[in-house]
Amino acid sequence: MPERAWGKQVVISLDLLINALVAGLLLGCFYAAVTVGISISFGILDIVNIAHPGFIILGSYIAYIVNTRFGVDPIVVSIVMLPAFYALGALVYQVYYESFEKRGREALSGLAFFFGVLFVTEVVLIIVFGVDYRYVEASYIGPTLRFGFVDLPLRMLVPCVAALILFAALQLFLLRTFMGRAIMAVAQDQLALQLMAASPTRIKRIAFAISIATCSVAGALLIIIQPIEPSVGREYIGRVFAICVLGGLGSLPGTLIAAILLGVMESLTSTFSGPSWAPAVSFGFLLLTLAFRPMGLFGR
Amino acid sequence: MRSWVFFLVCVAVGAVVFAGARLVQNDYVFFAGYVVLQFIVLATAWNILGGYTGYVNFGSAAFFAAGAYTSVFFHKFYPLPIPVLIVLGAIVSGLIGLGMGYLTLRLRGAFFAIATLALAVVLQTLIVNWNYVGGARGAYVIRPESVPLIGNYINYLFVIMLALAIIAINVARAIERSQLGYGFATIRDDELAAEASGVPTLKLKLVATTLSGALMGMAGAPFPYYIGYLQPASAFALDYAVNSIAMPMIGGTTSWIGPLIGAILVATLQQWATVSISSELSLLIVGLLLVGFVIIAPNGIVGLVQDRLRGRTK
Amino acid sequence: MAEPLLQVAGLSKRFGGFVALDGIDLAVAEGERVGLIGPNGSGKSTLVNCICGTLVNETGTVHFNGEAVDGLLTHERTRRGLARSFQLPRPFATLTVADNLRVPLLYTVNARPGPSLSAADIDARCAELLRLVVLEGKAGKYPRDLTQVEMRKLELARAMAAEPKLLLADEAMAGLSQSEVDDIVGLLIRLNERGITIILIEHIMRAVMKFSQRLVVLVSGKKIADGKPDAVIRDPEVEKAYLGQ
Repeated sequence: MPERAWGKQVVISLDLLINALVAGLLLGCFYAAVTVGISISFGILDIVNIAHPGFIILGSYIAYIVNTRFGVDPIVVSIVMLPAFYALGALVYQVYYESFEKRGREALSGLAFFFGVLFVTEVVLIIVFGVDYRYVEASYIGPTLRFGFVDLPLRMLVPCVAALILFAALQLFLLRTFMGRAIMAVAQDQLALQLMAASPTRIKRIAFAISIATCSVAGALLIIIQPIEPSVGREYIGRVFAICVLGGLGSLPGTLIAAILLGVMESLTSTFSGPSWAPAVSFGFLLLTLAFRPMGLFGR
Repeated sequence: MRSWVFFLVCVAVGAVVFAGARLVQNDYVFFAGYVVLQFIVLATAWNILGGYTGYVNFGSAAFFAAGAYTSVFFHKFYPLPIPVLIVLGAIVSGLIGLGMGYLTLRLRGAFFAIATLALAVVLQTLIVNWNYVGGARGAYVIRPESVPLIGNYINYLFVIMLALAIIAINVARAIERSQLGYGFATIRDDELAAEASGVPTLKLKLVATTLSGALMGMAGAPFPYYIGYLQPASAFALDYAVNSIAMPMIGGTTSWIGPLIGAILVATLQQWATVSISSELSLLIVGLLLVGFVIIAPNGIVGLVQDRLRGRTK
Repeated sequence: MAEPLLQVAGLSKRFGGFVALDGIDLAVAEGERVGLIGPNGSGKSTLVNCICGTLVNETGTVHFNGEAVDGLLTHERTRRGLARSFQLPRPFATLTVADNLRVPLLYTVNARPGPSLSAADIDARCAELLRLVVLEGKAGKYPRDLTQVEMRKLELARAMAAEPKLLLADEAMAGLSQSEVDDIVGLLIRLNERGITIILIEHIMRAVMKFSQRLVVLVSGKKIADGKPDAVIRDPEVEKAYLGQ
């Protein structure tokens, strides 16, 4: 009978819709972890580090190697690798500062520099690992929790939780610790900082190093969620900047909300229009935000 | 040197190059030469917006591919002669440049750069999902066998790209020496002061973006005929973006000579490396050169030469 | 009485929660020499930026030469005769000193209705401007080769190259020696005698008193005094807020 058939259709679509929303929510939290580094380097320090996704992919591959060789959990690997990524970030900032910031050339040369770094990272990974997809093994990749018709794949849930923890930790750091507040201050008033005998350069270096350190964790979460190959990083450039701009530069809570929003939009698009349209969502969002509301949803 | 004299010199040099290539009796010279010439156009086009005006464009592939796909689109309809396709490609890419510029050029340069990245991906996604031009599967474009007067089709394409390179260089040089060139330079040096001095910065930035995009579209228009089978992955390949940035930055961004030198050096190096080692390694070399030059010699080869000359006269 | 050349009414500007300018009214007659003083952070540069269109004010209007200029871009205001020099000199680093002056001539003077200057005219005016600020020898040099004083003079010369009716000179004399300050004040007075209305924003009281026919005082975004210089500096409000520091 027509009515019953129509009713069934609605229920199926609703099922799909809710699952898409949930998946989007989980994805969005993961995106927040990927973006939080950019919120610091671009939102607070005003450094356009488009090589950020390259460092994330690097983190993914490191997690892959250690996981495949020694069977260590990828998240554990990423935490162990935090100091190394921190050091890498400090080094990159030092080069950036000496070559560009000091000479006032960030606009052209600085951008070209990061682009070059992104590109070199990708090509090196292609040379070393090839273009085959790589993935990790862990106890939570595979099983799915079920609540009624809602699916919660653990390989999405675990990164979501880890991402939220990372996010909360950084937010606390920025608001409660001395160094965190100094970092927030350096964005606003370098002169005041200098008068307090704090070196803005050192503080910026620490902040940038932290932003690269987050890539270690983000990378591990990435390879848990999806198999990776070297060019995956490029898809994330649009996402991270879209989220950062949408959320209002420098606002961590705004970033989280924007990330979830984007995750949900992508999930819905993927489910109802097909995955080949998904990359356009984030980049399209970015273009629209830049065109019509560059201060973000929450900026002024 | 007056502009028309320079143009004639360029044509003369071009004729010599073509004659020389013909003497070699090996089609590979034309295939490789086409690529080098194409990059001369792309690098020069990029430099108009990047080097002269100071706005970095990461999405050169978008403008290039727009030109290429305009050709594919019309080819499916009714095959038009390549010069017409070039004009059409220029119009399409120019309009895309204008549109994108209008949306984003009131913002800081960094936002514009990020937006250009977004543009490339959005355009690629649109093309991948557009079956009329082949979508993800790609499109075949049959090359005619030969062309009257020149003969071999690849020779014809070479001459076309040679002409485009000459046009691009002359346009760039003309801009440099004109009032427009001053305007661009002030935008690059200090946009706020430029506005205060009466320079209509938004209008000029739009001119630069449109012109740059149009030239890139022109470079892309003959591409489907060159390659025979056009896939989005090859039209939107990352190496177009990297090369269009690396070549001017390595050669030098302040004059038309920089992109020319950069394109010839880097494209030739890449061709050699691809054949001798691997294409990945050739890309790696370009990337490393970009990073190296940007750190050590930000004014490129032209800058190094100028410093050397200035050092000597002191 | 003739309409003022510049009429600012009820102008306010906020940055987030911070009120930089609060209902500023200012009228400047043609040919006047006005001094604008106030402590650091009082909003002087913000006012200049709003008048010139670099910043957009939330409320209030700006009328210049009988025309409402709100909504016009900075370069449009410059073409209508409203020029400014920057507090920290912002020369065009890759252009020579002479070319720095060529830009406003090409883009402002030639953009105005009427016959355009020929290339020879432009060269002549560049040379004249350089003579005016005593920088003739440096025509072919680049801004990075100039001293601090010379950069400030270039900054002023570039603003003058736009042939303005009204010039807003933003702290043109910070860091200069006494004789250099006197030079610039003399230059500005000479310009005024040629018919250019000038608003001088400055901290150096000697220069301000020598230059101004009228003095305006800004404190925390509000105008607290506006009148003859001798009367204003004796105003107890002004003494308390500003000169007491």
